[in-house]
Amino acid sequence: MEPKRIKAPLTDEVVMSLKAGDNVLIDGVIYTARDAAHKKLVELMDKGEELPIDLTGQFIYYVGPTPAKPGQAIGSAGPTTSGRMDAYTPKMLAKGMKACIGKGLRSQAVKDALQEYKGLYLAAVGGAGALLSKRIKKSEVVAYPELGAEAIHRLEVEDFPATVINDAYGNDLYAEGAKKYAR
Amino acid sequence: MRELDASVISENVAQMCQDANIYLGEEEYEALKRSLEEEESPTGKEVLKQLIENVEIARNEQIPICQDTGFSVFFVQWGQEVHLTGGTLEEAINEGVRRGYTEGYLRKSIVDDPLYNRKNTGDNTPAVIYTDLVPGDKVKISFAPKGGGSENMSAVKMLKPSDGEAGLIDFVVNHVKAAGPNPCPPIVVGVGIGGTFDRVAVSAKKALFRPLGQPNPDPKFAELEKTLLEKINDLGVGPQGFGGRTFALAVHIETFPSHIASMAAAVNINCHASRHLEKVL
Repeated sequence: MEPKRIKAPLTDEVVMSLKAGDNVLIDGVIYTARDAAHKKLVELMDKGEELPIDLTGQFIYYVGPTPAKPGQAIGSAGPTTSGRMDAYTPKMLAKGMKACIGKGLRSQAVKDALQEYKGLYLAAVGGAGALLSKRIKKSEVVAYPELGAEAIHRLEVEDFPATVINDAYGNDLYAEGAKKYAR
Repeated sequence: MRELDASVISENVAQMCQDANIYLGEEEYEALKRSLEEEESPTGKEVLKQLIENVEIARNEQIPICQDTGFSVFFVQWGQEVHLTGGTLEEAINEGVRRGYTEGYLRKSIVDDPLYNRKNTGDNTPAVIYTDLVPGDKVKISFAPKGGGSENMSAVKMLKPSDGEAGLIDFVVNHVKAAGPNPCPPIVVGVGIGGTFDRVAVSAKKALFRPLGQPNPDPKFAELEKTLLEKINDLGVGPQGFGGRTFALAVHIETFPSHIASMAAAVNINCHASRHLEKVL
């Protein structure tokens, strides 16, 4: 099963061409956000104010890296548990976000919103922080520097590996994968 | 009476914090390679390959295995014939954590007030420290950086003695099934049985410090470890929850005598980056 190469940001056409279980390699620009940044973004949305980044077509990666050593683009940078972002994700999708990358289970509301807004939830390999850091070529803070590791970073990635968990058709790799191998 | 200075403890702890986060133990590395051979799912194999490569990159380039460099957990066995000079044990360990996490470019993941302010302490202190006084003139320090994702998928349950082996198996298997992909499988499952509400959780944590796959010395519990491992892997959850045969690498059980009315049970989960180190001073 060869991974599919996709470019970030995403178009609806690419979103609809991917199915749960597909392995992808991502090239391009993606943004990071964890709990604290999500909270701030959604507060701005609720007040009808402008966001510090345009979410249209974007990937959001749930990550809080270790500090970069001198000479490194970024420190260890694997995904964090996505469920903590469930409360914010439907609003992020409504605002144009096309895909999020994390690890672990999502709520039904998130899965429904992925279908409604044509979005994807992907998992990167949790705990592969050293490997994933090598696929991130550049990292800069673009919003909320006061949040430290939780600030919104703009990442330039090459061959960033991820697996589609929930697609825009309502499929769920976590449910289907286990069923296939259960005894 | 042997004297040991607090600065020696701090120095060693600082080094242990860095080493444990960068170099995965040989047993854990071998277990990942073995599971790659045995895994049936192609997606599962792909995950295991990435995990093995990740361990190698971390080791060769001194990058933390995982960005979650954990809560610093210590079990200290303090020989009664050792006299600590130049400070308290708690201060000495926290000073080591402070230095190790700062100098080692490790992530600081501890907030001071758990409910309201949640302000980062900035140096990953305080550590969680358990101390046992033991005979002798040596000090054994065991350290594990415990990731939040897997720690969140832990539980204590006060089972009834009549629940027996079947009840214990149900509790453990159903609990890890519900955890699914969240604790970053393949996981290591620490199980505590017996003791009080608090003691059983410590047993489950202690179980994660055992060399990977080393069975419980009591054959009955060693057998139960095998049964649990089989049932957990038969769930089909697989590496990262993508489906496959390797959901867990090992189940370790630690027991403690029980009250006649109780059968406490606890599950503490570790991710595949089951990091721990020990040192004797």
